[in-house]
Formats: sequence, C-alpha cells, structure tokens
Amino acid sequence: MAEARSGVQTLEPWNDPDAKPYIRIQNVSKKFGDFVAVNNVSLDIYQNELFCLLGGSGCGKSTLLRMLAGFENLTNGNIFIDGVDMVGIPPYDRPANMMFQSYALFPHMTVEGNIAFGLKQDRVPKTEINKRVKEMLDLVQLGPFAKRRPHQLSGGQRQRVALARALVKQPKVLLLDEPLGALDKKLREETQFELVNIQEGSGVTFIVVTHDQEEAMTLSTRIGVMDKGEIVQVGTPTEIYEYPDSRFVADFIGSVNMFEGRIIEDEADHVRIASDEAGCNLFIDHGLSTTPGAKVWVAVRPEKISLSREKPNGEENCTTGRVDEIAYLGNLSVYRVELESGKQMRVTMPNLVRDAAERITWDERVYATWQPSSGVVLTR
Amino acid sequence: MTQRRSMFLLSSVVFGFAFLYVPILSLIIFSFNESKLVTVWAGFSTKWYGELIRNEQILEAAWISIRIAFVNACFAVALGTLAGFSLARFGRFRGRTLFTGMVTAPLVMPEVITGLSLLLLFVAMQDLIGWPEGRGVTTITIAHITFSMAYVAVIVQSRLTSVDESVEEAALDLGAPPAKVFFVITLPIIAPALISGWLLSFTMSLDDLVIASFVSGPGSSTLPMVVFSKVRLGVSPEINALATIIVLVVATGVIAAGIVMRNQELRRARDEHMAAAENL
Repeated sequence: MAEARSGVQTLEPWNDPDAKPYIRIQNVSKKFGDFVAVNNVSLDIYQNELFCLLGGSGCGKSTLLRMLAGFENLTNGNIFIDGVDMVGIPPYDRPANMMFQSYALFPHMTVEGNIAFGLKQDRVPKTEINKRVKEMLDLVQLGPFAKRRPHQLSGGQRQRVALARALVKQPKVLLLDEPLGALDKKLREETQFELVNIQEGSGVTFIVVTHDQEEAMTLSTRIGVMDKGEIVQVGTPTEIYEYPDSRFVADFIGSVNMFEGRIIEDEADHVRIASDEAGCNLFIDHGLSTTPGAKVWVAVRPEKISLSREKPNGEENCTTGRVDEIAYLGNLSVYRVELESGKQMRVTMPNLVRDAAERITWDERVYATWQPSSGVVLTR
Repeated sequence: MTQRRSMFLLSSVVFGFAFLYVPILSLIIFSFNESKLVTVWAGFSTKWYGELIRNEQILEAAWISIRIAFVNACFAVALGTLAGFSLARFGRFRGRTLFTGMVTAPLVMPEVITGLSLLLLFVAMQDLIGWPEGRGVTTITIAHITFSMAYVAVIVQSRLTSVDESVEEAALDLGAPPAKVFFVITLPIIAPALISGWLLSFTMSLDDLVIASFVSGPGSSTLPMVVFSKVRLGVSPEINALATIIVLVVATGVIAAGIVMRNQELRRARDEHMAAAENL
C-alpha cells in the first residue's frame, strides 16, 4: 500500500497523468434567477494541495466555495470529494469544513467549546475530544485562552480559533473564505506563513478564496483565476504570473504593459509583431501558430523593462519616451514613461545606486528595452 | 449664558419628571390615608393594606391575572419565536412583505376590534365543535396569546436579523443537523430577546382590560376588570394600596434588570478593551 502511494506522490500531481484528483468539480453552474454566478466550471484539485480561487468581488468564487460546503445547491454539474458524489448531501454530512470570513464563532461558548463543537456532533468520546482540542489549542498557540469567550479575544486570536475549529475534525477538505481578510496588513503577512505551515503539518487539502493576489501567490500550490463566473486560468503562481494566457489574467495579477499589434512574421523560432502603440516592432523568441496579420496583444511586466539615457543597439523591443512620473519606494522606483504614441508605460527599476543624482529623473528622454523572452503574446 | 441655559434645562427636567411621577406619588401617599374618602387626608395608616389582604375578590382576580399572564407569556414566546425565526430565515419569496405585515397586524389593530373578532370566533367555534366551552380563563389566555406572540415575533425577528447567519451555517458545517442548530446555537444567542419577549407578554397580559372584557365569562374576572368595575362605583383606598404594591414590584423589577444589564455591558466593554490591548 505504502509503495503504491509513493509512486503517485509527486510534487506536482497535476502534471502526472496517473494522479487521481481528490476534489473533482465537473461542469458546475449556479444560477440565481437570471444571474449566472458560476458558469460551467470544471476543476481538479489534488490531495494536500493549497488551492486558491482568486478573483474580484462578484466573480463567483465564494459561491463555488459555498457549493463545495453544501450551502448552495448546484444548478448543473457534479462535485466529487474523494470519489463520492456530493450532490444532495447536506452540509452536516460532508467531509468538508469551512472557515468563514466573519469567523462565525459561537458567541455563547468558550474557545474550547467552539473547537470541541464539531467533535461533539460526531459523538467522539470525551477523553478523545479533550485530547484533540488541546492539540489544536497548542497548534494555534491559544492554550492560555481556552476558557475565554470570543468577545474577549483580539481579531488575530479569533481568526486562529476559527481555523482550529474547522481543522479539528480532520476534514478531507478545508474551505477558507478570505481567511486573512479581516486582519491588518502586518498580521496578515505573518499569518500567511503560519497558515501554510499548518496546512503542510495537517495534511488536509485547503481551498482558499481570496481577492488578494499577493496572498494567493504566497499561499498556493496552484491558483484558479475566476472572472464573471468562469475559471479563466489555472496554474502555479509562477505560471500565472509569467505565462498568463489572457489579457484579463495578465492585467489582474500584478501590473503589466499591454501593447496592441499585428503579427507580421510567424516562424518556428520567433514572432515579429508590428505595434504602433509600442512605437517599435516587437520580437518574441518563440513561434506561435497564428495567421499573419492577426491582432494580438503583447504583455510586458514592468520589472522586465530597463531604462537608459543612451540609445541601445537594435531596433526591436526598444522604444523611447519621456519620464512623466516617478514613485520612489525605497528598494525600487516606479517610472511612468509617456511613449511617442501617447501610451503610458510602467517600468520598475531597482535602486542599485544610492546617489540620487545618477538616477533618471522627470522629463528626461529615455530608451526602454526588454529581452525577446520577456514579452507574452496574448490572443484573447 | 451657560448659567441661564442650565436653569432652563433644570426646570424642564423638573417639570417633565413631575408630570410623570406626581400622580404616582400622590397615589402612593393616599394609599396610607386613614380616611375612607380618597381625597381627604386624615392621618397615616396602613389599614387599607390590611383590607386589601382580606378582600378575596381582588386577591382572586390578581391570581387569575397572574396565571393567565404566565401561561400567555410561555405560549407567546414559543409561537412568536417560531414566527420570528421563519420571517428572518425563510429567505425571499413572493408575498413576503405581506406575510410580515400580517404577523405584525395585531400590534396596530384597535383592541376593540381584536376583542370583538375573537369573541365572535369563540362563539362560532363553540357552536361548531363544542370548544371552548363557554368563555373564561382559557379564552382570555388564547386571546392574549394572539396579540402577545406578534410582539415576540417582532422582537425575535429584529434580533435575528442582527445575528450573523454564518454562525448558524458554521454549526451546520460542523455536523449539527438544522433542528439541533436551532436549539444549541440560535436559541442561546437570541435568549435576551426571548426573555424580554416573555416579560413584555407577561406585562401586556396583566395590563389588558379591553380584550379580556370581550372574551371573559363568569368567574374569570381579571385584576384590571375588577379594578375598573370598582372604580366606576367610586375610588376605594384599597385600590390605592393595590396600585402602590404593583408600582413597587414593577419598579424593583425594572431597577434590577437595569443594574444587571449595565453590569453586563460594562464587563463586555472591559473584556473587549483588554483583548484589544493585549492584541496577539
């Protein structure tokens, strides 16, 4: 048995054609009257993953999570958890637990009582309950607060009680709705790593809903980006950031410069794109398989562009403009450059030298260049 | 300037409180009057309290009133809670506003109409199914429940709308079936609303004269009915004594409740302050 498992256990089960998905969402749709909240979503999530559903408000991510928990009925489709069809199974019989955005702690019970509640429903023996509650309290470092009521706790402590309460039943999947949304910035950053550690330690599969792309990047094994009820791209944080496959994803994750253009040359090892917006020809070092003349967009991340006062060699991937705005952030500076086409381009440069006099400044004419591998061609 | 304003404020306060409490105060003072004539002071005496204790008609009416009020309050809380819960948690459906309005209609309906319609209903029911047999304590209790439960429903509903629904969802999610969630999570959270609903129902039942007059029968006169009929024959000092006792009981209850609530609030504020101070 153990040997059979170890064969499957790769670091990236989604790339393993033999791996069996643990949570399978098949063609799931949800309509509220005429409004389509979730539209034909299919998603495979593997055991031990920390999967993030990322999207703006109203994109359907929370509805999808609530369907997994059993609070919303499916209009269409199926959900399987560990091979069991979940349709028709009420929330109290599902092997999934949820951590609510508002934490939803029981105000009339102590911290201990809150954590023990789920185990009591399963008629777990009392000694066992006490043992597991204590383990949970230690895990989230709330031992000294066991006898307190929720209103006697700070926001961060309440968040950890909510996590412990959902985790104590060792569910097959833990659903977290904006788990860090109510914390202030500093606490949120600390808690992110704590959450990842707890997930790795518990071996429970986590599905996190968030609108915060930084949070999704830090936490997840994979991210599913949602827009208007649909999954637009699924991938690891690196894939999503470096290889977005649509303008929406490129624009939603981080900031990006988007140049509209037309393909003038599409060979096996390179593509050449004419772009009036960029003010130069764009050269990409891999082939596509599109028809010449097709309208495409090229996305270039601000940190992949470098600015210089002198004109560099080569005509491609090199444009010129005037520095319009500079934001000094300490470790790096953000430049807004107005190109000759009138388009604003965003460039971030690390502040390598300390002397401010040597840096590019307002209203200077600059040349912006990037590598042939930096641009991403997007067709939608 | 500030001097003058505070004089104005002071006199308003004095006048306002005098308006509210002088009648009650004079009633209490005259309850210790020696004279049989209510308005003529003839020296201090507690003899009317003694008369009151020996007046079986009043004592019996008081006992009936308390029994009715107690049973009424219990039923009203049970039914009103169910009504309020459904209104708050049923979700949206066609005609929801109409239903909400219909539940709260007894609050605005003139008592005379409520009393008359209930009387007609009871008579018709007796003719058709033989129950209730005649009018008495049972019919008064039922009549009181009909309007008390509307008050409870409103209180419970407004309390529930301020309770985060995800608390109940969390309990469901952790494995408790809906009925258990209602008893173990929802009810304890809205307990204060249930207590105030019970107390309100109890007092309103004790207080009611009009509806009880319509649906009462022989041998089921409530305290307000007895007092009212006595007053029509001229105010007796006994009534003053009775009123004084009632005022005393109510005042004690209100003050005690106030103190308890104030302490709870203070403790809660202190807890929250402490939790915030030791953040993390």
